[in-house]
Amino acid sequence: MPLITSSKTRASYDVIVVGSGAGGSMTAYVLALAGVKVLMLEAGRNYTPETETPMWNIPKDAPLRGDATPDKPFGFFDATVDGGWRVPGEPYTKAAGTDFQWWRTRMLGGRTNHWGRIALRMGPYDFKPQARDGLGIDWPISYEDLAPYYDKTEALIGVFGSNEGLENTPNSSPGVLQPPPVPRGYERFTKKHCDKLGIPVIPSHLAILTRPLNGRSACFYATNCGRGCSIKANFQSTTVLLPPAIKTGNLDIITDAMVREVTLDSSGKANGVNYIDRVTKEDRHFSAKVVVLAASGCESARILLNSKSNLFPNGLANSSGKVGRYLMDTVGASLVGQIPMLENVPPHNEDGASGMHMYMPWWGYKDQAANKLDFPRGYHIEFGGGRRMPAAGMFDGLEDHTGGSYGKKYKEDARRYYGSFLWFAGRGEMIPNDDSYCEIDPEVKDKFGIPVLKFHWKWAGYETRQAAHMQRTFAQIIEAMGGKPVTKPEFDGAKAIAPGGKIIHEVGTTCMGDKKDRSVLNQYCQTWDVQNLFVTDGGPFPSNADKNPTLSIMALAWRSSEYLVEQLKKGNI
Amino acid sequence: MSEHDQNEPKRMDRREALKWVGAALLAYPMLEWTSFGAAVPGIKRTLSDPDLLHPGKLWDRTLTKPQLRTTAALCDVIIPEDEKSPAASKLGIPDFIDEWVSAPYPIQQEDQKQIIEGLAWLDTEANKRFQKGFADLKDEEKCKICDDICFAPKAKPEFLTAANFFAKMRDLTATGFYTTKEGMKDLQYIGNTPLLVFKGPPKEVLEHLKLK
Repeated sequence: MPLITSSKTRASYDVIVVGSGAGGSMTAYVLALAGVKVLMLEAGRNYTPETETPMWNIPKDAPLRGDATPDKPFGFFDATVDGGWRVPGEPYTKAAGTDFQWWRTRMLGGRTNHWGRIALRMGPYDFKPQARDGLGIDWPISYEDLAPYYDKTEALIGVFGSNEGLENTPNSSPGVLQPPPVPRGYERFTKKHCDKLGIPVIPSHLAILTRPLNGRSACFYATNCGRGCSIKANFQSTTVLLPPAIKTGNLDIITDAMVREVTLDSSGKANGVNYIDRVTKEDRHFSAKVVVLAASGCESARILLNSKSNLFPNGLANSSGKVGRYLMDTVGASLVGQIPMLENVPPHNEDGASGMHMYMPWWGYKDQAANKLDFPRGYHIEFGGGRRMPAAGMFDGLEDHTGGSYGKKYKEDARRYYGSFLWFAGRGEMIPNDDSYCEIDPEVKDKFGIPVLKFHWKWAGYETRQAAHMQRTFAQIIEAMGGKPVTKPEFDGAKAIAPGGKIIHEVGTTCMGDKKDRSVLNQYCQTWDVQNLFVTDGGPFPSNADKNPTLSIMALAWRSSEYLVEQLKKGNI
Repeated sequence: MSEHDQNEPKRMDRREALKWVGAALLAYPMLEWTSFGAAVPGIKRTLSDPDLLHPGKLWDRTLTKPQLRTTAALCDVIIPEDEKSPAASKLGIPDFIDEWVSAPYPIQQEDQKQIIEGLAWLDTEANKRFQKGFADLKDEEKCKICDDICFAPKAKPEFLTAANFFAKMRDLTATGFYTTKEGMKDLQYIGNTPLLVFKGPPKEVLEHLKLK
């Protein structure tokens, strides 16, 4: 990725964008194409998927056969650089008795390099949750406000999927989606049995090309998207958004730039940022007319809270006291089943487009409206398995099925059971609560001397009861297919639910709203307190629907960036 | 056994790794690799930013020659040669297990203790029963011992520790073996090759699954 160094920058910029993930890159893309001069600061290193991606390497080519380690939590070949639930030299703390695990990465493109590519639109209900069931917070915008930006985002990044017209599962405009790949054998088999249970199984929406687009190749149905993609068939900001933005000549990028704080002029307007060069450890400052934070929900909140001044003694843009508040993740629970019908399936290529070709959108809206369920919000199901490339741990615990075979019998058993395991993972909506938030730890600092975040976390019964329902549903599906769960389903939701942060859908720490005293941002992701300061990552979300947030982060960033351009043109900021 | 290729780590769930993620991460020092070929110039390679294309040998090995010999013998009892694929030791699985127990991570450090103790038990037991080390036993003698420890739920109390060791070695041997090209061929994995079109399951698969 072409970059500049801090010695070759312009004298001044219109906008500084902090962060190069989904939100920051979309912001930079929209601004640069509109002729705005942008400087992007990325805390991590430069990264080039075209040359760095291990496209064909097999687990044997990796240490520990590619297995997950604390340094590489999604396995050795995962694209993530200096990331995971810990970053060397950059700790965070947790309040006693609470657990939130904060995922970060330190690379150009951020999490977009390794994400699951699941690109689901939020639906009309998801923007007005409080109006529907009295819980949580409504968005200051409706689905109709964001729908055109969903269309534009999907068309630009390339999303495959289908329009099924299901409740609160919006269609895209005609011609926007690329055709989905045909379902795999076990996906069709799962659908057949879910049909009997009334659970819809439909083509998934993934940000992977099945047709060439803007000089990018279509997927060739091999290798795992989590490694990144050297042929640019899936969405990473480093292959899709940043190159065209750089090409305009309006975007400069400095990597290894760890932003410490937003600086202000005497009138209380933002006038730039202070950052630390990770390599030279020097403190530096850049000026701009506008500052956009897109460093990830919690990191942006951290920057605001660390930007204290006489004007803003409690942190910048925090007159509402809501910066860091309403931290949300996604409810997650999973179960693996062994399905005898999937044993000894005739060998065939099941790699497909890496991720799932089908998924189950939430189907219980009517039951919830009729008070038939003991939890208020929905979840979707992701699933997979089959005859994928053998990986570390794939036969762990096989003795539960074979009675402890070894020798030639074990080899026969391995052939028989290979491909017969399916996993199911629920992804559900969490309702924001007063006990889940981040603040500045009064004592601990990172290796740059920047005060770190301290997390507070609590699941409510809304979430744990939903997690228990996920377990019951997975067990039902597995049994309907004639299989058995490989571990006992956990019907105690508090035990079934994954810890906060584990699903890596960190949103909500700089929530938008229509009232200055109850929210940090207005509907355009502009801070109420400082007109020329915006936040365009997951922080603005007042709710966290079961739909994975990345697509919505980008659509929202596009909408906010258009507003920002208008305001610049009008001379309002 | 799951293939979590969405946003879920591959192995950590099963091992309840979450507990150690928090603790371990604070505890162990950041290691830096110096012996690393740099495919991308200018990047300082570390364990959290390794060269994915040219990993190289990342840490020194731990096991002694006699331990490796016992390891190889056990690996081959678990995965012997048959008409479809070679024995585990022919594919370097003992070295993989040595790499595994030598890794600077909490899970592997625990495994190291279990495996070194287990290997010692295996030789002691072989000597007790047959007056030879495990690697020098005849196949049927090896099986006499392994039959007692191959399934923890049914193992006698005095063999339970050894049975847990055997289960670990079986899992690791399988991980090492089936992630090689030869192991993948044995399982008849087909893939990791570019396709113009993804055709989906062929007719015989649909028939097998009783789908139209």
